[in-house]
Amino acid sequence: MSVGPGEAFALVVHRELRLSFRRPDQLLQPLVFFLIVTTLFPLGLSLQLSLLRDMAPGVLWVAALLSSLLSLDSLFKSDADDGTLEQLALCGQGLTVIVVAKTFAHWLVSGLALVLVSPLVGTALGIPGSVFATMMLSLALGTLTLSWLGAIGAGLTVGLKRGNVLLSLIVLPLAMPLLIFGAAATDRAISGVSASGALYFLAALCVFTCTLAPFAATAALHITLE
Amino acid sequence: MNTPVDGLRVEKVHVWRGDRHVLKGVSLALASGQLLHVSGPNGTGKTTLLRVICGLLRPEQGSVSWRGQPISSVRGEYQAALAYASHEPALKGDLTALENLRFAVGLKRRVSPGELRASLEQTGVAACADLPARVLSAGQRRRVAMARVLAMNAPLWLLDEPFTNLDAAGTRLLMEMLQSHAEGGGSALVVAHQELVMARDMRSLVLTA
Repeated sequence: MSVGPGEAFALVVHRELRLSFRRPDQLLQPLVFFLIVTTLFPLGLSLQLSLLRDMAPGVLWVAALLSSLLSLDSLFKSDADDGTLEQLALCGQGLTVIVVAKTFAHWLVSGLALVLVSPLVGTALGIPGSVFATMMLSLALGTLTLSWLGAIGAGLTVGLKRGNVLLSLIVLPLAMPLLIFGAAATDRAISGVSASGALYFLAALCVFTCTLAPFAATAALHITLE
Repeated sequence: MNTPVDGLRVEKVHVWRGDRHVLKGVSLALASGQLLHVSGPNGTGKTTLLRVICGLLRPEQGSVSWRGQPISSVRGEYQAALAYASHEPALKGDLTALENLRFAVGLKRRVSPGELRASLEQTGVAACADLPARVLSAGQRRRVAMARVLAMNAPLWLLDEPFTNLDAAGTRLLMEMLQSHAEGGGSALVVAHQELVMARDMRSLVLTA
C-alpha cells in the first residue's frame, strides 16, 4: 500500500528526531554556545543594568543567529555523505516533502530549543519578565525563517568539502532583516511601546520563506545530487 | 517503435562530465523477468548509467522510459517501482538495522516490523536487527542493504556493485535472490566487476572506454 505525503512527513520528522537524540552532544552544542556567548557580553561590558538592557535585544539576536548557523551545516550533509540522501530522493515521495520534514525537524531541535532557553538568557541580560512573551514569539518566528534560509544554503553547499563558511556567507546577509526586526520587537517591548509592527513583519517574512524556500532548497539539492 | 510496455528502456543516452564524454549512446531494454549484468573497466560510466536510470542524473541526450512513459513524467510511480542500492550501503550508523529499514522502506510502502525482520532473516542478519548499524561489519551492512531492497517489494532492482564485501555464502545468497526475483516476474540491473554465473539467463552489457 502506498504512503501519503503526510505519513512520509511524519516518518522523516520521527527519523530526524531519533537521530538527533542519539547524538545529544550535537543537540546541546548550539544551546551551550548560545548560553556562553550571551554570558560573555555582561562580563565584557560595564555592569550597569541600564546599558546592558539597551544592548540585550541585539546581543540575544546575534547570538541566536550564530548558534543556529552552527547546526545548519549538518542539515543535509550527513545524509549526503552516507548515501541515505539518494535513498530519500528515490523514495517516491518527491524531494520537497523530505526537505520540508527535515527542515522542520531541524527547527524543532535547534530553533525551538533556543526559544525555550531564551528566558534564562533574557534574565541574565536584565530583560524584564513582562517582555519574555514578545521575545520568545519573535525568536520563534525568526529561527523558523532562518531554518528555511539555511535549508537553501545547506542544499547549495552540501557537496562542498568545507561548505560551512560559505554557508554562513550565504545565509547571514539574508538574515539581516530578521536581526533588525527581531531585535526591534524586543527593544520596543522593553521600552513599553507596542511591538506588533515588527512582529507582523517577522511573521510575513516567515510565511514568505516557508512557502518559497522548500522549492528553492529542493532545486539546490537536485543540483547537488547530479 | 517497438517499445516494451512492461519494462525499462534506455535509448541512446549520452552524458558528459565536464569535458569527458562518459556515456556514448548507451541503449538497453529490460522487460519483466529479465536480468542484466553491466560490466566494464573502471571509469567507463557504470555508476553514471545507473544514476541516469534512477533519474538522479539527467542525460544530455537520450531518454529513459518506464512502461512506455519517460521517467520524468511518471516520477512518483517509477520511484515506487524501483529499489536502488548504491555502492555504499546507505545506512545511518546511529540507527539500528531495523530502524534503518523502517525509515527507508516505510517511505515507499506501509510495512510492519515483522516483514522487515523477515527480510533481515532472509539475508542472514536477523541477529543484527537491534544493533546500531555502525557496529556492523562491512559485509553485514551490505546484507542489511540487500534486506532493504527485498523489503521494498519493488519490481525493478538497480544494484551498484552489490557483491562488494560479501563472503562466498553472501554472494550465493544474492545470486539466489536475483534468480527468485526474476522468476517472480521482477527485473534487475546489476553493475558488477566479476563474472556472474547464474542458472537463469542473464544478459550482459559491457561498457567500454
